[in-house]
Amino acid sequence: MISIECREISKIFRSPRGDTEALRSVSFTAADHEFVCIVGSSGSGKTTLLKILARVLEPTAGEVVLRSANGSAPRNALVFQEHGLFPWMTVLENVAFGLEMQGVARRDRTDAAHCFIRKVGLDGYSKKYPYELSVGMRQRVALARAFVSNAQILLMDEPFASLDAQTKLLLQEEMLSLWSQERKLVIFVTHDMDEAILLADRILVMSGSPGTILEQIPVELSRPRNPTSEWAAAAELKGRIWTLLEQDVRRRLYGCES
Amino acid sequence: MRMLRLLSVTAVQALIAIAFLATWEIAGRAHFISPIFFPVPSVVVRTVFDLFRSGELIVHLGATLSRMAGGFLVGGLPGVMLGLLMGWSPRLKVLLDPFVAALHPVPKISLLPLVMILLGIGEAPNLVVIGLASFFPMLISSLAGVQQISPLYCEVAKNYGATTLRMFHRVILPGSLPLVFAGIRLAVNSALVVTISVELVAAQTGLGSMIWTAWETLRIEALYATVLLTALLGLTFSVVLNHLARWAIPWQT
Repeated sequence: MISIECREISKIFRSPRGDTEALRSVSFTAADHEFVCIVGSSGSGKTTLLKILARVLEPTAGEVVLRSANGSAPRNALVFQEHGLFPWMTVLENVAFGLEMQGVARRDRTDAAHCFIRKVGLDGYSKKYPYELSVGMRQRVALARAFVSNAQILLMDEPFASLDAQTKLLLQEEMLSLWSQERKLVIFVTHDMDEAILLADRILVMSGSPGTILEQIPVELSRPRNPTSEWAAAAELKGRIWTLLEQDVRRRLYGCES
Repeated sequence: MRMLRLLSVTAVQALIAIAFLATWEIAGRAHFISPIFFPVPSVVVRTVFDLFRSGELIVHLGATLSRMAGGFLVGGLPGVMLGLLMGWSPRLKVLLDPFVAALHPVPKISLLPLVMILLGIGEAPNLVVIGLASFFPMLISSLAGVQQISPLYCEVAKNYGATTLRMFHRVILPGSLPLVFAGIRLAVNSALVVTISVELVAAQTGLGSMIWTAWETLRIEALYATVLLTALLGLTFSVVLNHLARWAIPWQT
């Protein structure tokens, strides 16, 4: 039993040029091995919310409660848009980094890392540096690093945004298969509605300035999903999300309410 | 193809050097230019060999190298450490910035007389001045090295539970290494310049003192030979450091 509970999270970035309200009383819960997608246009505060969940940022008000079965705080791993692999570490060192920080012995963390490097299909690349890999391969290394770290909660910030559409499909599939084996709670931020429908058990739709959750939409399509399955139901979902987001996007695009 | 292009560039470079030296040699031998002021290359090279065979060169080269190494250790190491700390702690940086800005532009050789008054004549003031010359480039490059590390990497490390010490060891240190190395290059150059300068005025040994002795005894071919040797020394450092960098920073393309 793992759970995330966000209670009335607000975040204001203060600067000499004026304050920016990034989030206003955002509340939601997620539990066990749920796959939750947060969808919103750029600038809607999705990344800020994720960083607060990861405890990289402090909220201005409200609190985040993470719970695991034995009552202790569960570990979380953040996967960034720009993958965030350390350029000075080999694939193996990058994947083993989380375990290294937890103080796992070199032998054990190397074995565990190798196992996940194999799972994401990068056998034979463990001694390479990130610059020697393609963008897609790097993103797979970042996935392996998050999955190997014993984190019970994965927080992903548009991990596939910089990939071409086809590579993206394959990686989404790979990630879902890892997720179904490892049973982790995933919070996945994206601006891509199709991606959210393909991946999520539940979609939180966010609008920006300040960031708030407009609605929570459960996705009741059967798994495994692919882009062509149950397209009518998927299209209806997409329509619902778009109706919610359209105003926000227009306001951003034209600078006024329409 | 790339190899071939590289080879042809080297060939052209060699051709330019050979043409220049050959013109010089011929012009000197034909007395178009004065062989007293412009001793021909073959004479200069012979002088280098003579200095080497007499054992004089080894002694002086050794003196220059150990002086440089000593000064580099005295100044370069604290430079790296303070630079990394200043990059790590914005407060320390704000505090020390004006002092660095004021002291960095002072030509270090101009401090030699003052340091000699304070420390007495001998090797100590030389080391201090060479040390100062390597201190500032090391400090400024290391500081920039830490500052250019993307905050993303610190966030990742923090998210995976890195302690301050581990963050320093696994993120700050390797992340700043490319610029620390650039600092080593700059510091070695400025240490060489100041070492030779110090030896010109305040030492009985070293390449600088050889240059000065050659001037005082008007051995012009020795003057050319020692300046040539100094240039070769600088070149050697640069080649060695290039190889060292490739070994120490394997992730840089």
